[in-house]
Amino acid sequence: MAVELGVRVVRPRPGTELGVVMRTLLLLLWLATRGSALYFHIGETEKKCFIEEIPDETMVIGNYRTQLYDKQREEYQPATPGLGMFVEVKDPEDKVILARQYGSEGRFTFTSHTPGEHQICLHSNSTKFSLFAGGMLRVHLDIQVGEHANDYAEIAAKDKLSELQLRVRQLVEQVEQIQKEQNYQRWREERFRQTSESTNQRVLWWSILQTLILVAIGVWQMRHLKSFFEAKKLV
Amino acid sequence: MQRPGSALRWAAAAGSWGCRLLVLLLLVPGPGGASEITFELPDNAKQCFYEDIAQGTKCTLEFQVITGGHYDVDCRLEDPDGKVLYKEMKKQYDSFTFTASKNGTYKFCFSNEFSTFTHKTVYFDFQVGEDPPLFPSENRVSALTQMESACVSIHEALKSVIDYQTHFRLREAQGRSRAEDLNTRVAYWSVGEALILLVVSIGQVFLLKSFFSDKRTTTTRVGS
Repeated sequence: MAVELGVRVVRPRPGTELGVVMRTLLLLLWLATRGSALYFHIGETEKKCFIEEIPDETMVIGNYRTQLYDKQREEYQPATPGLGMFVEVKDPEDKVILARQYGSEGRFTFTSHTPGEHQICLHSNSTKFSLFAGGMLRVHLDIQVGEHANDYAEIAAKDKLSELQLRVRQLVEQVEQIQKEQNYQRWREERFRQTSESTNQRVLWWSILQTLILVAIGVWQMRHLKSFFEAKKLV
Repeated sequence: MQRPGSALRWAAAAGSWGCRLLVLLLLVPGPGGASEITFELPDNAKQCFYEDIAQGTKCTLEFQVITGGHYDVDCRLEDPDGKVLYKEMKKQYDSFTFTASKNGTYKFCFSNEFSTFTHKTVYFDFQVGEDPPLFPSENRVSALTQMESACVSIHEALKSVIDYQTHFRLREAQGRSRAEDLNTRVAYWSVGEALILLVVSIGQVFLLKSFFSDKRTTTTRVGS
């Protein structure tokens, strides 16, 4: 659709403002088609949770955009300002590190301080229940972790880097992320090994205990029955 | 209002070239991106995700079940007309690449409807087109220097390293989940077995006693 529009544009006459307007429009159209990310539907009281297993000191940026189903126009329209989303982030020890309400369009950021599984939960806080009217809310979500969360345009502007320097900077960030992930895996493997060894110990002690109980019960049975039969004068 | 001079002609030329370039950019399937999401799928539930894709874009959907039950899920991918492009039942891990044949909203769903009480954690990675370039400028059409192309190839290699790391992390999480399941089952079994052992051994004794307590003490002895 946008492609056909671009082809039909009349070449602007030199010096006229129409050329500038057309170019801006084309650029905006192109940018607009890039705006939509992955989306899903969420009910009114529904809570959707996402898990991010990340090493420590990793930044996570989440962008979301909501749309509400408009019954008259039978399509999804941008949600009214009254409709917001409540975002809750829990760290691996189930401690809440972010619990905030955002508007119909929001951006949340957090940095992990402990490695492990972080849980990001979203649910809507519709103030007027009639807004949903049995329909669903469409949520566009985009979660960027670690190196993907970096805004290179901003970094280039702030540190005044040339193109090559920016590329090298990106490589450095990627390698740092790989390093963090490796450290996290090493920590995980150590914990798993400790758990396995303690399980092994427990299984060993349990087996020994069970054998002893078995032998003890056998001995008790024999003695009990022997005394019983002796009392009954059968032996 | 016409302004004379070569500067004007240069501006006009630049302007028209800029316009042509923008048209060119619109024709090219634009930079896509990847969405990597790990979510919880409750029992008897179905979760669908949608994405608007332009025609001719190469997309890859990859999913893996991390925790829950038999670590399997149903997956289904449909194009804007509802035609099923990919459908698999009870799969643990799979990867599917396709090229979008038409513009529109593509839908993919994960279903746990066959499971009655285990909820699952599913990871998926949906790659649409190429990653956005580092510079949102118009330099894409110009050639790269040797240094820049070296940087680009290192970047691609590191991306595949990160991809392998992600797969390793998921496998480790899955292995850990299986080990914890096993541990729980073994613990319950051991306690249950111990209880059964006690009940049976004590029961045996009392049952045996009951056989002899009905009869009188004057039972005939063998070989008296």
